[in-house]
Formats: sequence, structure tokens, C-alpha cells
Amino acid sequence: MIEVANLYKRYGNFVAVKDVSFKINEGEILGFLGPNGAGKSTTMNIITGYLSPTSGKVGVGGFDIIENPNEVKSRIGYLPEQPPLYMDMTVREYLYFIFDLKKINIPRTPHIEEICRLVKIDDVCDRLIKNLSKGYRQRVGIAQALVGNPAVLILDEPTVGLDPKQIIEIRNLIKQLGKTHTVILSSHILSEVQAVCERIIIINKGEIVADGTPEQLADNLSHKDITVRVIGDREEIASAINAVDGVKEISQIKSVEPGSLDFVVEPTDSADIRAELLNTLGKKGFQVLELWCKNMSLEEIYLSLVGEKNSDSENKSECYTDQSEPKCFVKSEENSEDACESDTQEEQ
Amino acid sequence: MNAVFKREFRAYFTSPVGYVVLAVFLFFQGLYFSYMFSTGYSDITFVFSQLFSIVLFVMPILTMRLVSEDTKQKVDQALFTAPVGTLSIILGKFFAAFSVLAVATSITLIYQFLLSMYVKLNWYVYFSNVVGLLLFGAAIIAVGIFVSSLTESQVIAAIGSFAISMFILTLDTIAEMVNIGFITKVVEWFSFSGRYSTFVSGILDYSNIVFFVSFVAVFLFLTVRILDKRRWA
Repeated sequence: MIEVANLYKRYGNFVAVKDVSFKINEGEILGFLGPNGAGKSTTMNIITGYLSPTSGKVGVGGFDIIENPNEVKSRIGYLPEQPPLYMDMTVREYLYFIFDLKKINIPRTPHIEEICRLVKIDDVCDRLIKNLSKGYRQRVGIAQALVGNPAVLILDEPTVGLDPKQIIEIRNLIKQLGKTHTVILSSHILSEVQAVCERIIIINKGEIVADGTPEQLADNLSHKDITVRVIGDREEIASAINAVDGVKEISQIKSVEPGSLDFVVEPTDSADIRAELLNTLGKKGFQVLELWCKNMSLEEIYLSLVGEKNSDSENKSECYTDQSEPKCFVKSEENSEDACESDTQEEQ
Repeated sequence: MNAVFKREFRAYFTSPVGYVVLAVFLFFQGLYFSYMFSTGYSDITFVFSQLFSIVLFVMPILTMRLVSEDTKQKVDQALFTAPVGTLSIILGKFFAAFSVLAVATSITLIYQFLLSMYVKLNWYVYFSNVVGLLLFGAAIIAVGIFVSSLTESQVIAAIGSFAISMFILTLDTIAEMVNIGFITKVVEWFSFSGRYSTFVSGILDYSNIVFFVSFVAVFLFLTVRILDKRRWA
């Protein structure tokens, strides 16, 4: 549905978007994730035809944005970072204006009313936009993108400025729209992207640093550290584990459950040592209570991708506290499991 | 084009701007007319020759907001991602301002009818005056839209278009000042007041009509280029 190939955008010496390429299939919900100034909005502005690329190609529905701009634009509904609203119009007047502007050939009144119901602005329809709160303005912005039922929806940070209840409503709405539309959604809120999107592209400093489903990303990037909970003597177990093929090192030993020890084992790249580990420990007569792999949460992946590029670790935490919903990022090992659980609970 | 035209025209009258502009026109037309009436003349061309400077000062107020405010409020993102060309958006805005001018100009019809109750009027001269005022106003509007597309500030847009239109007005003086055959001729050729006074005296000269129409076309074209260039920068 959308094809972006080798996209570059330069402003003088500054490269805002660097060799960005991706494809989006029909009906996919794609999340664009990255810190502020990563090039998310610029990329979206280029796809919608608001900005032109310095080089590279953008195609939507088989049409090129440069050669057939109107064909492309008529297939896209766009909510920019700041909703493009005329403050001196009422919501209804404004949506009628957008309807006329997009030259849509379906009955106007029922269509606009349906959209107003969908984004729940029917009660403010006859109020001036300048008198609306930020949350309502944002929803009028979403309504504006929906006018004409475009096949592709591009939403730049759609839940900014909404209260938690509205955020959940809008997320559900986007999920619902995703069944009939192709959606690109940008956000710097990780949990949001995780909750809504089937596929995630992480972008940093204008470059794509990761592309895949949340599970794939976790899979590819996790270190696959294995934690074993064993009853026995510390030194003996350690030497037994070290003897297993493919073990790089034991990164941590601690005691969580009384009477047992937790060993965090780091395997060499891509080696699956779980069976071997169990076998060896069993043979030596140690009682293994538990063994588990710790998967990285999306937050950790995001940080490892975005944070590594920043020179110092101060930056990492800063880029983190930037998020409006940091909640449960816990660096120490003990809590990370719980943290992830609480995260998923919060989504529901 | 229609959608933009409707929106902008309505915006003039949902804010005070449209009413203020019409009030200014009404006031000065009335003032000039009563002066003309009191001196015993029945020729409305006096009113039109005075309206020249009113148009010059009022049109930049109409146009200052048109493009700059869109850029500032980022509404242009909606306009330029809609499946319409830049030209039709600009034309919509141009005709919205032009329509306000047309409404203001049509007020003179009242005086014309008042006069026609007493004397037999030359409607052809009146018609020529109206055409002249509309064309001159259209030229100022085009300049105003152009300047408005260069900036995000309404104030700068207004001052900028004042400056350009004032400059165009002083071309006659400059022509006298330079006094080098060829340059004088070129500068005089651009003179707005010279061309406008031809209309006021009741002469519908095609070359003048073509001049103003092309002047408008050039500035609207430049506006489109500026807006397109901004996206390509």
C-alpha cells in the first residue's frame, strides 16, 4: 500500500531523514517510534506530500507522490503533530470545509455526523474550535483525517494532550480503524505503540534502527540471558555451569528464594544452552527449581537502540524520562519480570 | 477553490475585519459624495478618484492574514495535503478578498441611483470607474497575498504590502526624478495612478485592463512558487 524507498531529506548540512526505506501492506498498523527530533514527523510530512524529499521515492497505492500528488493525497488522511484547525470556525463548519476541500463525492451531512459520533465530538459540533480544550481539538484533528474515508491514515502523535480515558478510547478507535485502513502512527510513548501496532519501526537521528513486530524485535535483540534457580553450593554450581558448552560467563549470582541461588548465565551468541544446562546440573545432582529466559521488554529494546547512539549514559535516562508514561522501566534484574507484567496489565 | 473561497469569505464576516473594511468604505464614500453633492457636481468620478487611496490602505488589511496565518497556525498542512493544487487554494483566497472589495465598491450604486433621480447620468463612465477600481484593487490584493506568503507575521505582511503599493504609487515621481529617456518610459509604463486616472475619466483602454490582469496573474503565480518552494527547500 505504501512504499518508501531510500528517502533523504536535507536541510543544508543537517540530514533530517537518512536513507529511510520501508513497505507497508494494506490493513497494517505501523508504529513509528523514536525520540523527539528523530525524523518521524519529517518522514510523515514527506509521505503526505507536505514536504518534498531531497531524494528517494514515495508511493501510495501505486501512485508516486511527485508525479501524481493528487492521487496520493486523496488516499491519505493526515493528522499532523499540531492539528490543522481554523480557530474561527465551528467544528461542523470546519469539517464541512475539509469535506469540500477534499472534493469528496458522498452525501456530506451523514458522513460528517458519522465521523463526529466515531471520535465522540458530536456534543461540541456547533462550538467554535478556539473554545475547545486541547483534547477536543486533537479529536477534531482526527475527525478531519477521517473525512472522506481515506485508505491510509497517517497520525502524528494522535494521543498527545488527551486524558488517560481519552487515550484508551482513541487507541481503541485506531485499532478499530486499522481493520479497514492502513495506519501509520507515530509516538514517543512506547506502551502506546506496543498496545496498538502490529509492526514497529524505530527511528533515531533520521535512520531506521529497527523494523519488525514487537516480538521479533524482542527476539532479535535480547541477549538471551538465562536465569537458573538451583539448590546447592555456590562454588560447585558455578564451576558446573562454566563447564557447559556455549556459556560465556555467569554474570550475576544472587539469592531470591531462601535456600536457593539464582545464576544469570550469559550464553555465547545465538547458542541455545538450556537443555545442556539442565542436563549437566541434573547429572551433578543439583536440584534445579526454575530456569527461564529473560526477554527484553520493548522499552529495553528501545533504549538499547536509541540510547546506544547517544554518547553518555546520562542521555539515556534523560531520553527516558522524556516519555509521559515511563512507569515501569526498572534497570535491576530482580524487578524486570514484574515490571513487564505490570506494563501489560496497564495496557488492558 | 470553492471550499477555500467560501471559508475565507465567511471568515471576513465572522471576524470584525469585513465589517470594519466595509465601514471605512461607507464612511469615505459618503464623505466624498456629500462633498461632491454640496459643490453642485453630479459626477461620481470624484468619489472614485478619491477611493484610490482608500483601496490602497485597506486592501493590505484584507490580505495580510490570508496566507501568513495559515502558515503560523499550521493549517497549511491540511490545505497542502488535500488533493488540490496550490494555485486553486491561492485563487480561492484571492477571490475571497476580491469579493469584499466588490461588495464595498457596489455601495457606490446607491449614490449613483440617488443622482439619477435628479440628472441624466453617463452609466458608461460609471462602469469604467468601477472596472478601474476593481482592477486596481485586485492588483493590490495580489501583492498583499504575495507578501503574506513570505512571512508568518500578519503585521509584517501588512506593512510589506503597504510598502510595495506605496512604492508603485511613487513610480511617477521616480520617473520624473530619473529623467533618462528609456528608464523614465519604463517606469511610467508601470505607473498605477496614470492608468487608474484613464479609467476614472471614462476610458476603457484594453491595454490598461490587460496590464492589471497580468499584474495580478504574475503576483499570484509568484505566490504559488513561493509556497511550492517552501516545500522543496
